[in-house]
Amino acid sequence: MKKLLTTLMTIAALAAGAAGALTFPASARVEIDVNKGTIEPLPIAITDFLAGDQLGAEISGIVTADLKRSGLFAPIDKSAFIEKISNPDVAPRFDDWKVINAQALVTGRVSKEADGRVRAEYRLWDTFAGQQLSGEQFFASSNNVRRVGHIIADAIYERLTGEKGYFDTRIVFVDESGPKNARKKRLAIMDQDGANVRYLTDGSAIVLTPRFSPNRQEVTYMSYESGQPRVYLLQIETGQRELVGNFPGMTFAPRFSPDGQKVIMSLLRDDGNSNIFAMDLRSRSTTRLTNSNAIDTSPSYSPDGSQIVFTSDRGGGSGRSQIYVMGADGSNQKRISFGAGVYSTPVWSPRGDLVAFTKQSGGEFQIGVMKPDGSGERILSTGFQQEGPTWAPNGRVLMFFREVPGSGGPKLFSIDLTGRNEQAIPTKDYASDPAWSPLLD
Amino acid sequence: MRRIARLAANPAMIALFASLAIAGCASKKTPNSAADLGLNGAAATPGSAQDFTVNVGDRIFFDTDSSAIRADAQQTLARQAQWLNRYSQYRIVVEGHADERGTREYNLALGARRAAATRDFLASKGVAASRMKTISYGKERPVAVCDNISCWSQNRRAVTTLSGAGS
Repeated sequence: MKKLLTTLMTIAALAAGAAGALTFPASARVEIDVNKGTIEPLPIAITDFLAGDQLGAEISGIVTADLKRSGLFAPIDKSAFIEKISNPDVAPRFDDWKVINAQALVTGRVSKEADGRVRAEYRLWDTFAGQQLSGEQFFASSNNVRRVGHIIADAIYERLTGEKGYFDTRIVFVDESGPKNARKKRLAIMDQDGANVRYLTDGSAIVLTPRFSPNRQEVTYMSYESGQPRVYLLQIETGQRELVGNFPGMTFAPRFSPDGQKVIMSLLRDDGNSNIFAMDLRSRSTTRLTNSNAIDTSPSYSPDGSQIVFTSDRGGGSGRSQIYVMGADGSNQKRISFGAGVYSTPVWSPRGDLVAFTKQSGGEFQIGVMKPDGSGERILSTGFQQEGPTWAPNGRVLMFFREVPGSGGPKLFSIDLTGRNEQAIPTKDYASDPAWSPLLD
Repeated sequence: MRRIARLAANPAMIALFASLAIAGCASKKTPNSAADLGLNGAAATPGSAQDFTVNVGDRIFFDTDSSAIRADAQQTLARQAQWLNRYSQYRIVVEGHADERGTREYNLALGARRAAATRDFLASKGVAASRMKTISYGKERPVAVCDNISCWSQNRRAVTTLSGAGS
């Protein structure tokens, strides 16, 4: 990972180049306001990067797919392009792009360095203002071309929306194969678009609920490998595994604290109820945070680490679970979900503004969001069986898993906060329990 | 007899009996039938694993979202306790399971609660706590795999598995 980072440095923003000779308005007109209720996707033309081989088309294809799947961009079919870009250092003929309604234009070039590395550079143009908006170049080892595409897509997304992108990220998930009553479950990791799948466990033990550490180097998850289900820590690059804590019973539902120093999880009590504990990974000391005669589980920290949202069925009734919030020390435990249904799997947004959850209501499963005080509940997706939302690092998109009757197993999907842009994440096998990584760097 | 004792020590074989005992939506054809193993229900040797599974009943079922031991389950567990008190060489693992109509982590906890309730009931009927362990599989090990209520009710279960003779 370290090696990768040193080879993937942003060298410098390219100078405005030939376009600098033109006169520009003070500010660009082309931008996307992601806070508006409805978003009209921005028409954008993404040309094949100039290259001696197919690498140029491959990179522009990755950029195009990323931006399109975000729902915020409408890439224009290449067959409509009039100008053929032959020199990306020279300003394009803006009129040729305006006439096909391309409000933004991406040009670029890929070349091989003498040392074997790939150099990719792009320029983003505002066609109606006749102006270059940004230009950067990146170097990568030749087996990291896809990453360069994602990094360029993130740069374009950020320049045009004002928000950080989320394309140069990975997903850790549970790969599921075989019949439902003898399902093989393996931890796996892949790029956010489903590419570059790698398996982290061999399927000999049931593994569930993987979650990334903030530095993306580790995953905490639950495994049955010792017989008794327990929480483990896995180093992604080395494959090294260790047990988290030395508790007498089942430990489950782990998640890292935002500073990566703690793992928070549920511990089964001898009476059959479950409470929430935090364990400091350095001192190995554990702190009990809840002590109810109920199931307390699925804890998730707020991004500033000061609060924890979790699931509990302490409210009684018919044993139905609801969402609660407490201080990181276990203080001030209070219920925040009051809608008609059963709530679980709360996950605090990396922006801090929302909590995503699974809700069971009317015989269906819903993915929704609410504010941390419980107000403003919005349902984004409803289905026969779906659960387990995870946030993209910019807090604009959720991924979850869904199973439909007759499908035989679950698959991964993403949906944005408008609830209108749902995308299937391609996986070879069935897949569940996705966890989105922070942005790579 | 020796063969049966060996089977009893093998949890995988016990699981096979369990799946044979439930003729439901799950696949009915297994490569090894009870007959292949030289065993059949009515003729199970008293004190054998098969005797426990077939004649006593190795599992109980729960209502949705509940870990309360139902009246029918109390009868099954009373028979289990009687059998276990008679054949005291066995240790047991009580597996708690949930149906798929809940989220994964909550169902792990729910399965654990069902296993604990089952263990506590057996203890109240005289089975020594030192002979019993529990494990939850949440919704990860369904026996019935259709997408409706007839299967979900079979999956909300606690299964008492014999883990071999006590040391």
